[in-house]
Amino acid sequence: MDDRITMRLARYRPEEEDEPTFEEYEVPCHKEWVVLDGLNYIKDQLDGTLSYRWSCRMGICGSCGMTVNGEPKLTCATFLTDYAPGPVHVEPMQNFPVVRDLIVEMTDFMEKLTAIKPWIVRDEERPLAEGEYRQTPDELNEYKQYSMCINCMLCYAACPVYGLDPDFIGPAAIATAQRYNLDSRDEGSDERLDLLSLHEGIWACTFVGECTKVCPKKVDPAGAIQRYKLDAALTSLKDLLLPWGAR
Amino acid sequence: MSERPTYTPFHPGWYRPRISTWWWLRRRSSLVFILREVSSIFVAWFVVFFLLLVAAVGRGEAAYQEFMGWAATPGIVLVNLVSLLFVVFHAVTWFNLAPQAMVVHMRGKRVPGKLIAASNYGLWVVTSLLVAWIVLAGWT
Amino acid sequence: MAKRVTLEPLLWLLFSAGGVVAALVIPVLLALFGLAFPLGLSPPSHEHMLAVLGHPLSRVTIFVSCTLLLFHAAHRVRFTLYDALQIKHMQELVVLLVYGAVLVGTAAAAYLVLQLP
Repeated sequence: MDDRITMRLARYRPEEEDEPTFEEYEVPCHKEWVVLDGLNYIKDQLDGTLSYRWSCRMGICGSCGMTVNGEPKLTCATFLTDYAPGPVHVEPMQNFPVVRDLIVEMTDFMEKLTAIKPWIVRDEERPLAEGEYRQTPDELNEYKQYSMCINCMLCYAACPVYGLDPDFIGPAAIATAQRYNLDSRDEGSDERLDLLSLHEGIWACTFVGECTKVCPKKVDPAGAIQRYKLDAALTSLKDLLLPWGAR
Repeated sequence: MSERPTYTPFHPGWYRPRISTWWWLRRRSSLVFILREVSSIFVAWFVVFFLLLVAAVGRGEAAYQEFMGWAATPGIVLVNLVSLLFVVFHAVTWFNLAPQAMVVHMRGKRVPGKLIAASNYGLWVVTSLLVAWIVLAGWT
Repeated sequence: MAKRVTLEPLLWLLFSAGGVVAALVIPVLLALFGLAFPLGLSPPSHEHMLAVLGHPLSRVTIFVSCTLLLFHAAHRVRFTLYDALQIKHMQELVVLLVYGAVLVGTAAAAYLVLQLP
């Protein structure tokens, strides 16, 4: 195909400048090409200094999240032809510090994800001799949706609360916490609630709903958070009214 | 979170733009969100308006008529019209979001979201009819 | 295991309850008292209003509903001030203002439903 499309990329070279600039490149616009293909073409053929993250190119690794025409997208899952005749604006994901060009600093997210204990917590570990934990299909379905998260951080890029207050734990972390809370094998709900019931936990969320809209894996973090709020609120109420209950 | 180790502290090379006060005008979804939240101001107005009505009714016939006259002035009618639009907007967004926030299980199966939303709307209709009936005629 | 019971969950429950009440009853009441009666529909007589509002069940309902509605509005206004005006660093002041207003409103509602003859 002879069609071309202009891609307008944010460039940021901290050793040279204080603020990002934009540069335009013309790339072929094949009908099966995604934005990532355009970026790879630019890096291979036009400008080898471009820096960006990518890996699996098929929507499972979560590396290639960027802002495309103002919206958080996985660049491997966004077709160039959708933006014809262009130009396509590509910027780094919002709400994260920009390290260089299209690369953002993710440590904040990694810390938060670890803090909510994303593993099966047991009061007492079961010895190997007792065999495996068994789970019915219904029990699996309770948390399956929330296990689909690929940690792409698009939900953080879309969340205005996180943008305004970087202390907010954020959608993916809470959805992952729910994934374990709802897992029949897990016994760690209390421990996670201690962390998530802080002001920067679930209560900072105002149910904007953008996180669910941009999630490429249909995890529905907004729904997870609202369900968690109800659970946590009822638990708090129970603690308040029946403090002598088995705790 | 209290034991959270400080991650790489402020790095002079990172670019961190300040979020503008007008961030919510950039995308349509943000604007809709802020409008939804602003509807709460009109909920508060309704409480004021309704309590004024209760006060007037309590003071007697003359006060009640005076209140109804005040409610009929163009300014107040306009405020109430705008309030009605905002509160209806609140109701619609609230009922549409309810299925996302509430997972109801019946006989082991998840109740479909559309049914939850529909029940909420149904309740809205029934409640409105009941209140209208109480106010206009029926029950004394 | 002792857990710090913060007020936040309770405030959220009140906010949610208020949101349901707001969605269900305000539209019809605003449609009637804000638009229909002022614009011509024959309003109920004072006698009828007194009977309806003065009933003990009504008084309780009005008081509880107004309280919930005020909590709903206060909670949302509080978070909107954080998000829109970015004044989260002044959150103690905001909390004082919005929930102080709720207390004033609730007291007014209590007084008014009690003073109905």
